[in-house]
Amino acid sequence: MMLSDFPLFPEQASTVAGSVDALYIFMCIVTGSVSILIFLMIFYLAIKYRRGPGNEIAQEQEPPKFLEAAWIIIPFFIFMGMFVWGSWLYFRLARVPDNALQVYATGKQWMWKFQHPTGQREINMLHVPVGRPVRITLASEDVIHSLFFPAFRMKMDVLPNRYRTMWFQATKTGRFHIFCAEYCGTLHSGMIGWVEVMEPTDYQRWLAGGAEGSLASQGEKLFQKYACNTCHTGDATGRGPTLVGLYGTDAMLSDNTIVRADDNYIRESILNPQAKVVKGECAHGWLPLLGGG
Amino acid sequence: MSTFTLHDVRFIEPEKTRNYLNEDYGFFSWLLTKDHKRIGILYLLSVTVLFMLGGFFAMMMRVELLTPEGDLLTSDTYNKFFTLHGIVMIFFFLIPAIPAVLGNFILPIQLGAKDLAFPKINLLSWYLYMISAVIGLFIIITGGVDTGWTFYTPFSTQFSNTHVFGVTFAAFIAGFSSILTGLNFLVTIHRMRAPGLTWYRLPLFVWAMYATSIVQLLATPVLAITLVMLMFERVTGVGIFDPALGGDPVLYQHMFWFYSHPAVYIMVLPAMGVASEVIAAFTRKKIFGYKFVAFSSLAIAFLGFLVWAHHLFVAGISVYSAMIFAFLSYFVAVPSAIKVFNWTATLYKASVSWQTPMLYILGFIGLFTVGGVTGLFLAALGLDVHVTDTYFVVAHFHYIMVGGSVMAYLAGIHYWWPKITGRMYPEWWARLAALLVFAGFNLTFFPQFLLGYLGMPRRYHAYAPEFQVLNVMSTAGASVLAIGYALPLCYLIWSLRFGRKAGPNPWGAVGLEWATSSPPPKENFHETPVVKWDAYDCPAMMNAIGETQNV
Repeated sequence: MMLSDFPLFPEQASTVAGSVDALYIFMCIVTGSVSILIFLMIFYLAIKYRRGPGNEIAQEQEPPKFLEAAWIIIPFFIFMGMFVWGSWLYFRLARVPDNALQVYATGKQWMWKFQHPTGQREINMLHVPVGRPVRITLASEDVIHSLFFPAFRMKMDVLPNRYRTMWFQATKTGRFHIFCAEYCGTLHSGMIGWVEVMEPTDYQRWLAGGAEGSLASQGEKLFQKYACNTCHTGDATGRGPTLVGLYGTDAMLSDNTIVRADDNYIRESILNPQAKVVKGECAHGWLPLLGGG
Repeated sequence: MSTFTLHDVRFIEPEKTRNYLNEDYGFFSWLLTKDHKRIGILYLLSVTVLFMLGGFFAMMMRVELLTPEGDLLTSDTYNKFFTLHGIVMIFFFLIPAIPAVLGNFILPIQLGAKDLAFPKINLLSWYLYMISAVIGLFIIITGGVDTGWTFYTPFSTQFSNTHVFGVTFAAFIAGFSSILTGLNFLVTIHRMRAPGLTWYRLPLFVWAMYATSIVQLLATPVLAITLVMLMFERVTGVGIFDPALGGDPVLYQHMFWFYSHPAVYIMVLPAMGVASEVIAAFTRKKIFGYKFVAFSSLAIAFLGFLVWAHHLFVAGISVYSAMIFAFLSYFVAVPSAIKVFNWTATLYKASVSWQTPMLYILGFIGLFTVGGVTGLFLAALGLDVHVTDTYFVVAHFHYIMVGGSVMAYLAGIHYWWPKITGRMYPEWWARLAALLVFAGFNLTFFPQFLLGYLGMPRRYHAYAPEFQVLNVMSTAGASVLAIGYALPLCYLIWSLRFGRKAGPNPWGAVGLEWATSSPPPKENFHETPVVKWDAYDCPAMMNAIGETQNV
């Protein structure tokens, strides 16, 4: 059989792909055998008890009570097995390993933009090293998209109003599909690309070329370009609250709630400064709305 | 009494008789009718036209997908076609099909009633449906809509420049048609059952329609509210769902699926009811575990309200809420499994006739089972991450809605055709069509499970070349399916004039609809029937009718 011409599985290229396929195969075997059993029963009974001379009227039978109980309880426990296995896997997919490499992805009609902390930007192309967890922070500039790596068995919707995080660890080098899986307008089916999984040494070589400074240094330039630093000075003298050491700490808001100053909070405060105002500060009416969303 | 055969079962049956079709003639006798049977016919004609329209969109999509490149239609046209295919098939065919056509015609007769509780409201339901369909058709002609039938925000509110407002308005109106039908059926089932027709003597079709009506009545208003909010945001720019205006797009998905998941059960519960009727009639046997089958309909209706967020496992909900919704989704699978096992068990020591309605229903059980068990895959959280929004989902819900609901609808049409028209359809052609539908359906949709696992996303106008083989198989299947659907259209029309006269009970089935003439008189029964038998209890019904006739 020419299985290579007629594949049933996409390539397994991540640490979780094998586990997802294992659950899939388990479900195929369990549900497939139950379904085939039902089909055979239907065929057997419908043929054996077909209407004909001598079988014009059915023989009424009191149903044995245990049967109903059996086909309520047994399927229920099988379902619970599927539920536990599926949930265990979902938790595994949700938990990002600590040592992951950071990548930023932005979806917009109709392209994927990837940015690396070292400054590289790519469109519809993502370079990652093999054997190392990669954590992707996702944002959308317009509608909802969904970043889908079939070979990694990984997918996540990309929302315009908050960051989301997904991760994978590639296990083999090569080029694999990137698809947009959430319908996003005219060229939805053109919002595709390739992830290039490289040997670590090749990846290092790739990283060395073609960047215009790290993302942090690019951010510093923007901070000066938009004159953020005239108010948010590094000390208490500025009109705006100081941002030094803010990231990752808790901030007290004007309504006395406390929020963690994480990625989502900082993005929101840049895009929509009035959304959450730090206690003791005036309304940020003079801050420019930087758009997005 | 032993000389009595089922074919003699009737209350009063002179051959030449007035019936609901020849009672009255003329255009307005139909357009202003309050007779549930005539309204059922009006629905039959309208949903058939819309089914053909929805089928046309599907066929164009399948032809486009023969090749990986987007070469037949432009991207925008393709996007409009899959959107319109979904909207037309769901809002204008599947939701009204079984309840408004077969339910309207059969339900009051099965209850021994003269009509539904509110005949004028019944006619109003049809007019609302038609107003909504005409708005929909007008929009299709003037440019269509490209949001997908789900109208996800913020695409639908701020980005799509097609007729989102008009189409959501049409769906909003169609919703009221559905609500009023549900209300009418609920009141009718509660208040208008014939003497002696207790709850546990009701045919299972009535139980299924009861459960469906509850869902229509409780879930559809949420859709109406959601669509009003969407139209409001699109027109006024007040932020509800659009993040740029301070709204939350995932909130829209919660509200949309709070209706649209129960709506799946509006489409499939009536199909289960038809299955029970047909199985009882063509096995000449009581449905095994009657009460389990009856209450599983109610359980599905109830649990169906608690699983909406299983459409959102990758859309942005917490892992713990995803777990709860996955758990509840497995729970709702149990009553569906109960039905499949009980139907299968009914065949044991039965007298199984392989006539067309039964062929459709045997096919229905198989396809519904496949659709059901692939739902288990989608509820397995870690697996759903890979297969959601791919062709796996497309295949899964087509197995439920086409393999389930449409097969059962065709079974019901064939089963009750002699009652509706007084004529028999040609059996040989009908069996051929049933086989073509079954084979064509599987060839169309089974490859899509494989495509989905391979990673082909849904709603793709162009696709990667390695997906072509399976897509060609799917398109080939769709052509067979189209022939399978076209055949009944031809021979059923043919049978209106040339079909053999059916007589009151051509199947030897048990149920009040088979105890009146075919077609039934305007008031359904000349005398109010008194029910002294349990559902599908063939000997008891024959005895009871024997007594009345021997008096």
